[in-house]
Amino acid sequence: MSSGSDDLKDLYQEVVLEHSKRPRNFRVVEGANREAAGHNPLCGDQLSVTLKMEGDVIRDIGFQGQGCAISRASASLMTGAVKDKSKAEAEALFELVHKLVTEGPESVDVEALGKMAVLSGVSEFPARVKCASLAWHTMRAALEGRDEAVSTE
Amino acid sequence: MSAFDVQRVREDFPILRQEVRGRPLVYLDSAATAQKPRAVIDAIVRFYEHDNANVHRGVHVLSERATEAYEGARGTVREFINARDAREIVFVRGTTEAINLVAQTYGRKNVGPGDEVLITHMEHHANIVPWRMLCEQTGATLRVIPVDDRGELVLDAVDALLTEKTRILAVTHVSNALGTVNPVKELTRKAHAKGIPVLVDGAQSVTHFPVDVQDLGCDFYAFSGHKMFGPTGIGVLYGRLERLESMPPYQGGGDMILSVTMEKITYNRVPHRFEAGTPNLEGAVGLAAAIRYLKGLGMEAIAEHDRALMAYATQALEAVPGLRLVGTAREKAGVLSFTLEDIHPHDVGTILDREGICIRTGHHCAQPVMQHFKVPATARASLALYNTREDVDALVRGLHKVREVFG
Repeated sequence: MSSGSDDLKDLYQEVVLEHSKRPRNFRVVEGANREAAGHNPLCGDQLSVTLKMEGDVIRDIGFQGQGCAISRASASLMTGAVKDKSKAEAEALFELVHKLVTEGPESVDVEALGKMAVLSGVSEFPARVKCASLAWHTMRAALEGRDEAVSTE
Repeated sequence: MSAFDVQRVREDFPILRQEVRGRPLVYLDSAATAQKPRAVIDAIVRFYEHDNANVHRGVHVLSERATEAYEGARGTVREFINARDAREIVFVRGTTEAINLVAQTYGRKNVGPGDEVLITHMEHHANIVPWRMLCEQTGATLRVIPVDDRGELVLDAVDALLTEKTRILAVTHVSNALGTVNPVKELTRKAHAKGIPVLVDGAQSVTHFPVDVQDLGCDFYAFSGHKMFGPTGIGVLYGRLERLESMPPYQGGGDMILSVTMEKITYNRVPHRFEAGTPNLEGAVGLAAAIRYLKGLGMEAIAEHDRALMAYATQALEAVPGLRLVGTAREKAGVLSFTLEDIHPHDVGTILDREGICIRTGHHCAQPVMQHFKVPATARASLALYNTREDVDALVRGLHKVREVFG
């Protein structure tokens, strides 16, 4: 089998495909007190993230919008990963995910990433990094209370 | 002339000989930019090695040669689109600049508050944004000819949209997102009957079939070098002489003037009035070489190859389960846009890329038409004279692979 196909298997792991087909928390959070919209102008992908914060803790998070398998899976996994985490913990996780998708699995503590580690294949596809990080950028904007639209450009 | 031999044509394009991702390159993205034949590459190298100098200024031999090459290229373009006069050919950076030039000179002079600019729903951003900007600058209104579900213009709507307020109609010859060939000759006749000038965006047309601007009757015709097998950074604005002569200058600088004092400037004649600064000499030389190459093959023969390959590809794609063609106009050229089940086009593009197949995915800088078809994006395979049935077969195999991955 060619290396090209191996890369593809790494990118579209079973968990990624499953989350893209049945994204978790694909909804507007009831009683949300934070929200942000993000878009990738190059491909037209758009998503919105709604959050319910209690003090410093993310009690609930949802996302909606349209995008490729990578961006949907990343958004879905993200909502699971940051629920009940503090703002600082969520931001630290974003840093790890960003390092993972740009620099590859060797560059990060994969244990600390939990399920997000399935996005490791993205690092072999530089054109897809923005897809994987759009939801995270949008979540951070929501956490910081920025209401201007987030763009990956 | 002998029959069109696509295998021989392929040998003229060095880039096509390579393998990518361990597989023979299948290039199906010529609507974005086309590959260059050896004749174009050599012409640019030859220019740099023998003739390079600035034009219109020097008294020395190299400047004479460079001027001759540059003005000769203008003549080559004139002949290619059958303009009456070489002065009707303005060299610009590309289609985008050509349209901006018309909007900011003809438009700023002739469009005012309450006036209307008419475009179509299938334009790409280069033929929307400059007009939108003009409307914001002048207080005019942008009106839009609608598109039906096949991706054809709703011609019944045109008469009502061409009003006494319309100052210009700007329409694409071939849609980059749908492949639709628009009846620009008929549209021009309708507009001219009401005294309205017409700009045709020819970025996607000049490579697929012969274009005769006198036959079309349009006032302006814009196209790019890089989509027609020439270099990037060079393009053409054709304008009817009387139109160009009535237009104020575009950018100011060297070569677009006859004399400058601190009190008074006399502008140069058409077309130099619109070519401020040192032009893209090697670009013009390369574009002329591309045109000679196309003429050598014969535009009619190229058009026939395109028609046959489009028919083959349309049938082959329609046989792929879950594939929906976006844009099914009765007359199409060069472009096959599609969606595959609910698999996002970017995922399609990535998997095809791993098979050595280059296609475009996204909104193709034509977001309004994507909105019309209620898709955020499509996958687009675009064909050129060097594409074969084998390329199409590879694409179909790749699409089956995409379906496999997404199970």
